[in-house]
Order: sequence, then structure tokens, then C-alpha cells
Amino acid sequence: MRYAMAIDTKKCVGCADCVVACQIENDVPHGYCRDWITEKTVGTYPKLEMEIRSERCNHCENAPCVRCCPTGASYIAEGGVVLVEAAKCIGCGACIESCPYDARYSHPEGHVDKCTFCIHRVREGKQPACVAVCPTKCMYFGDLDDPSSEISKQLRTRKFKVLSPEAGTKPHVYYLI
Amino acid sequence: MEEEIITSGRNIPHIDPTLDIWHWPIPVYLFLGGLAAGIMFFASLYTIMRRDHELPTAVKWSTFLVPFLLVIGLFALFIDLKNQWNFWRLYVTFRIESPMSWGAWVLMGITPLSFLWAASYLKELLPGWSWRLPVLEKFEAWIIRQRRKIAWIMIILSALLGIYTGILLSAFNARPLWNTAILGPLFLVSGLSTGAAVIMWMSKSVHESHLFGRIDLLLIAIELFLITHLFMGFLAGPEVQLAAADLFLNGEFAFPFWGGVVFLGLLLPMVLEIAKLRGRKIPAALPAILILAGGFLLRYLIVEGGEMTGYIY
Repeated sequence: MRYAMAIDTKKCVGCADCVVACQIENDVPHGYCRDWITEKTVGTYPKLEMEIRSERCNHCENAPCVRCCPTGASYIAEGGVVLVEAAKCIGCGACIESCPYDARYSHPEGHVDKCTFCIHRVREGKQPACVAVCPTKCMYFGDLDDPSSEISKQLRTRKFKVLSPEAGTKPHVYYLI
Repeated sequence: MEEEIITSGRNIPHIDPTLDIWHWPIPVYLFLGGLAAGIMFFASLYTIMRRDHELPTAVKWSTFLVPFLLVIGLFALFIDLKNQWNFWRLYVTFRIESPMSWGAWVLMGITPLSFLWAASYLKELLPGWSWRLPVLEKFEAWIIRQRRKIAWIMIILSALLGIYTGILLSAFNARPLWNTAILGPLFLVSGLSTGAAVIMWMSKSVHESHLFGRIDLLLIAIELFLITHLFMGFLAGPEVQLAAADLFLNGEFAFPFWGGVVFLGLLLPMVLEIAKLRGRKIPAALPAILILAGGFLLRYLIVEGGEMTGYIY
């Protein structure tokens, strides 16, 4: 089992519904977020092209945050999901420094916090909150090891990329382009 | 002209627009840890070489500073933790891949040993001193007999502590300024250099002061060589490391780094020490203070600068 997410940049309109859904579902403190919208505009005026992405922790296969953690609070759970066990976290910040995506933050309660792929919902057979609410249905979540899953089909038929592959992290959030 | 604009809806405290997770206590700790490692390295080296009578400042007197340096450094580390009362979690696990885990355990070894080391020389520092309890007197006598064995453990631990302060940063592949293998040797050599400077400053014997002046000259030369290599590596590296180098070559860190660290902290004390070795009357405090200030500034700028570098996508 290998959980992953694919986000269709051609369908995403940057409404930030995923951001709000996550904040409510996961009780994210005010002013913080576990997922966010990035807009990238490239070209020469007036010929411009915009890519809109819903971004979050990439649940990397080669996760630098897990490697750096001195207490084992950051760990890889079922399906390759990178999680933080708050009770073990000393708040040293090593994982925050090590993440090329700046996907982690220091929770006001002291521990480090980040996207969990809504593993609590996934265990109940539901979709992550961000995927479930997306009004343009641009997000796909599922098991890469299952060839019949929607995400496997998308990655078979569409061109895709990952963010900063040169960082060597082997991300598991894919962007359909 | 082809342009690229990236806008983000994210504005998380201490993460955006640039990372601000580690503050002044981190470079303070890296400096004090490196200095403690430097002093203990020379103390154990000359104990092993049986030159403790010839070099009393290196082997005995300077080591009284080390427990204080380490305790203040550990306290600095502690106050920069966000979940402080979980710190004991460091000591219920050992994670071989995490430099911070290595560092925590090395400190757990070297701190108590540095107390024992200094305590074993306390009677030489304060002639009337007594441990009062016979069991403590016996323990002291046993420690004194084990000095050379302790020195062997100490030389390994001090080298690990010195190099760890750099490897801690270089293990973070997300920060291009830190993500270079040169940082470990650079911080080790800088730590040894600050240690040698303190010994030179404290020493009352011309022979010892001159020996450590010469050692320091060699270490400064190695440091300059490593700094050159650091930037050569960046300039031959990927885009993110070119950007990191630019911060120190043209950006806001250029003046404090080349003016403060390289000129005031390395080149000027180098010239002063050469003049001193050639018989000019220069107080040992002057080059020593410059080297210590330069050593701290190096760590401060590398930590602060590193947090400003990252991947752009």
C-alpha cells in the first residue's frame, strides 16, 4: 500500500476550499495552515500562463524530516504517510529546517504539526477533507499499489510532475500538468 | 522578457516569508560547544602525549571553563526547544540517522566527564581544598589514576562534539547553504582555533603561549582554505547553492562575513599572532578576543543565512 495524492493543475481554480476544509477538520490554530495555494505565472506579457497548485506535505519516500528527528516523533506510518507523534516531539525544529517544502510548522502548543493525509478519515474509508470538498474535483487520493485506483489511472494517462525533485525527497504528491 | 512570479496564500508564523525557527541560542550553543570541544581536545591530546607539566594551561587551567561552557550551551539549546518538558525524550532513544541524536548523546558523555576532569585538578588550583568525605577523596585518587584513559575517551568525544556542530546543519538538505560536507570540518577547525586562542590568552608561560599561537596560525590557515572550498563548491553547484553563495558574496551577509569573520576574525588575528611570534609586544588578549568573536559571528551568520536559503518551485 502506498498512499499518494494527485492534483490536476488544469482544473484547480485556487478557491482555497481545501485550505479551509483542512483547518476545520484538523482544528488547525488560527493563522496556520497544513495546506495552501500557490500560483505560478510564467511567460512574456501578454502571453502568460498560470499554474495553480494546492500544496501540502509531500509525504516523501526519502523523508528528510524523519531522518533528522532525534526522538523518533516523526515517523512513517501505514501507506508511507509521514506523521508526527506530538507526545514524543521536543520542538527542536530540526524537521522544519530539513523540509524543502516548508510544509511543517511549530504548533502554538509546542509540538510540530503538518498534513496527515487525514489518516484518521482514510482509516474509516473516507477521503481526506481537502479532497472531499474540492468543488472542481481536481484532487485524487488513493493507493498507488492498486492499479485500479483513480490516482493510478490518472498517473497512467496524464503527464505529471513533483515539486523540487532535485531535492531528492521522492515526493508522493503529484501535479497533473 | 520571460518572467516568473510565484505567489503563495500561505503566511504561517515563523515559516513565511523566510524560516525563523532557530534563534540566537542555536549559534550561541554551536559556539560554546565548539569552544569546549577545542579546549578538551588539546587537554586530552597533551595528557596522552604526557606533556601536562610542560603545558599546564592546556591540560589543567583552561579545562575549568569547560563545564561552564557546556552547561550554558545546553541551557541555550533547552530554551530554543518549543516543547521543553519533553527534552528527556532525547535520552530514551538513539537514532543513528539523526545528527541531533548523536549530539545529545555526545553531550551526555562529555559534560559529566568535563566536570570530573576539572574536579581532579581542583586541589592544584585551590591548594587548601578538601572533598571532606573519605569516599570522595578515594574517588578523586581513582580518577587521577585514570586520567590517561579518560583522555582517550575525551579526545574522541571532543572531536565528535566539534564536528557535530557543523554536521548538525549540513544534514539538512532543504537549506542549500548548510547542505555541504565542508561545514563539519570547518566548524571543527574553528572550534579548535577558538580553544587554542583561549589557552594562548590564559597561559602565563611564553613557551606555552607561543606553541598555541603557532597551532592557532595553522588552524586559521586551514579555516581560510575550507572557507575558500565552501564557496568553490557552491559556485560549482546547483541553482539553489548559487543563490546561497550569492547571499554571502553580494547579498546582505557579504559585509559581516568577509569584513567580520574573514578580516577581523581570521586575517587580522593571523597578522597579530605572526607579529607576536616575531617578538612584537602584542597582548595575547587582542588576537584571542578577535578569534572568539569571529568564531561566534561565523556560526551566527551561517545559521541565520541558512534559514534564508531554500528551494523555489
